[in-house]
Amino acid sequence: MEDERSFSDICGGRLALQRRYYSPSCREFCLSCPRLSLRSLTAVTCAVWLAAYGLFTLCENSMILSAAIFITLLGLLGYLHFVKIDQETLLIIDSLGIQMTSSYASGKESTTFIEMSKVKDVVINEAIYMQKVIYYLCILLKDPVEPHGISQVVPVFQVIFSTLLNAKTALEL
Amino acid sequence: MVLKAFFPTCCMSADSGLLVGRWVPEQSSAVVLAVVHFPFIPVQVKELLAQVHQASRVGLAVLGTWCHRHQDAEEGLGHFLEGLGAIFSHEPWLQLSRERGGKLWSCKATCHQGPPGPAAPDEDQVMLVFYDQRKVLLSQLHPAAALPDRQAGDGTAGAEGLAVVFDTVARSEALFRSDRFDDGPVRLSHWQSEGVEASILAELAKRASGPVCALLACLLSLVSAASACRLFQLWPLSFICSKLSVCEQLRHRLEQLTLIFSTQKAENPAQLMRKANVLVSVLLDVTLGLALLSWLHGKDCIGQLAKALVPVADVSWSGSLVVLEHLFPACWGHPDCPFPAQWVGPLPPVCLQHVAEELQHLLQWLMGAPAGLKMNRALDQVLGRFFLYHLHLWISYIHLMSPFIERILWHVGLSACLGLTVALSILSDIIALLTFHIYCFYVYGARLYCLKICGLSSLWRLFRGKKWNVLRQRVDSCSYDLDQLFIGTLLFTILVFLLPTTALYYLVFTLLRLLVVAVQGLIHLLMDLVNSLPLYSLSLRLCRPYRLAAGVKFRVLEHEAGGPLRLLMQINPLPYGRVVHTYRLPSCGCHPRHSWGSLCRKLFFGELIYPWRQRGDKQD
Repeated sequence: MEDERSFSDICGGRLALQRRYYSPSCREFCLSCPRLSLRSLTAVTCAVWLAAYGLFTLCENSMILSAAIFITLLGLLGYLHFVKIDQETLLIIDSLGIQMTSSYASGKESTTFIEMSKVKDVVINEAIYMQKVIYYLCILLKDPVEPHGISQVVPVFQVIFSTLLNAKTALEL
Repeated sequence: MVLKAFFPTCCMSADSGLLVGRWVPEQSSAVVLAVVHFPFIPVQVKELLAQVHQASRVGLAVLGTWCHRHQDAEEGLGHFLEGLGAIFSHEPWLQLSRERGGKLWSCKATCHQGPPGPAAPDEDQVMLVFYDQRKVLLSQLHPAAALPDRQAGDGTAGAEGLAVVFDTVARSEALFRSDRFDDGPVRLSHWQSEGVEASILAELAKRASGPVCALLACLLSLVSAASACRLFQLWPLSFICSKLSVCEQLRHRLEQLTLIFSTQKAENPAQLMRKANVLVSVLLDVTLGLALLSWLHGKDCIGQLAKALVPVADVSWSGSLVVLEHLFPACWGHPDCPFPAQWVGPLPPVCLQHVAEELQHLLQWLMGAPAGLKMNRALDQVLGRFFLYHLHLWISYIHLMSPFIERILWHVGLSACLGLTVALSILSDIIALLTFHIYCFYVYGARLYCLKICGLSSLWRLFRGKKWNVLRQRVDSCSYDLDQLFIGTLLFTILVFLLPTTALYYLVFTLLRLLVVAVQGLIHLLMDLVNSLPLYSLSLRLCRPYRLAAGVKFRVLEHEAGGPLRLLMQINPLPYGRVVHTYRLPSCGCHPRHSWGSLCRKLFFGELIYPWRQRGDKQD
């Protein structure tokens, strides 16, 4: 069973949420983040190359231009591989645990699995960012030493919903 | 709770039979380890399970039946399998079946005893989790926040969650020892049933390692006994040994070799990895050292290096003598003059002489009007001449050493056999020895400056009518006599006006010393890197990522309507950063013990800094 809805995040980008229901004990939530925009890419590349050209006119050394090209290429590759997240998936398996997967724009996937015995609760946390209040989903982990304490707060998605209503509706909590 | 059945992927195509494994009631999960095929005698199966239980202390049992048949096969097999539930009673009794050539799976768990109620699992609530048995057996879990008393794979009852699965598979090795070519009473299917994995090289190495390790451990113990003898505790030797970084590195190397060749087996996987890491890093070090050695001897680099240092006639040396002559015309040619009018004998080495020459230029610049500042002439001359004389002594020392330099370099180059780190530490020591005069200049300048600052601070207090109370450790007001005030103010004024000159000399020599220290620091950093990087773990992470597991990940497989939920469990490898952090070797490196703030404070007050103290050094 699949279900798709769209929301917007705090920066105004479009988010698409897909919900899949495999069995009564297994559900998946898949959040697709806004893609890399051509406008911002062009702007950054132009800025870097203009700065490099400015330095070149000062120093008369053509190595600066080659270096600028390398820096732009490496920077773009690094950004796509380490920073830009394309899709985030949350897989909940009853009595096994919760799995969070982030797929990056370069194809890399990074997975974290948290066992059910370590999960204390799943909550929506509020945070104040500049002039607005933002909501994000997070998992509270049990403290191994103190039974009633919380050892860690793990945010589930790296993108943030803009209103509480959106967050609640999305995840049917 | 949902019942989870962990099923090995190697048994997916096995013939029908019995499921053998471990049942974990706390998590309601059944870990299937192998499939027993027909024909079998129930008594023999129970005997085999008892044997394995004794060897591994894992409670194995027959968990259920496995049926792999064609769609239109006779139903008799099904009834026969159900009847087996009566012979091997187990709660709950699993019945897995798969259509041969198809994708239809079915999984049923039944409870014979006990009241059927909400606690009894029904068909919808069984989950099949497939796992790769070989990878799970070989991998080692690294929990995120491991408490010191708990380690994954330890076999204690405290192993929780998925660590239980890893633990069960790892400890049941006795079950996997037979393959289908053995003529045992019971025929099993597991990851090694196609043939037990073994390697001739590994076996030979294991056999040979015993006597070799014993012999080498003996030799190493002799060497360490020799190095610990009383001769090295005597004062001059122990002092020199503590200052040289070669001795530290050699000691570290001896410890590493002792660890590798010790005859004790590693008790746990962490110790085994440590041994392997140390072995690989020693091998790499020695290989790089031998490469360096071949490069040095091959291209006759030592000869060229010595030639650059060998005495040759040079204009600049005589040129600087001329400059000195003009600077001190009064004392030149005087019988008491420290500088000889003519230099007799072989000339000192060119490059060292170049350094000395640059220092002389520097001193002459300081004695003039450096950077346009006006120095106190008399003090300037005194300090300048003092340092120049010191430099002259240094040049004589170099001149004495020059015939032996090639021989020394050749022998030192041989030490690269012991490893690149030893060669680097020798290089660092050579730099320290050759820049000893800079160190001396720094010490003189620092002591002078420190004295001046101390004097200035106490006379400044006198100037304001205060004094330092040693008893109370604070500044108190004090009434001085007139003559005390007069002398004190006079001295204070003298010291204040002489401060720029001293401060300039101190600044220049401190910068030179810091430059030398920075170069030595870089060399030590490189040595530390070679010493402490866990290369074996990194290459294991690169080539066999399943061996170092940070956790697991699940993938949902195709779901048929009416069938159970099927998941594939894969190993999530440890990230590289955590590999380095977990398996880092202890290095013999000495880390700077000052923070930047305290360093600046010491520099300002003229206290001597010793940024690279060896461990076990006493404070000077």
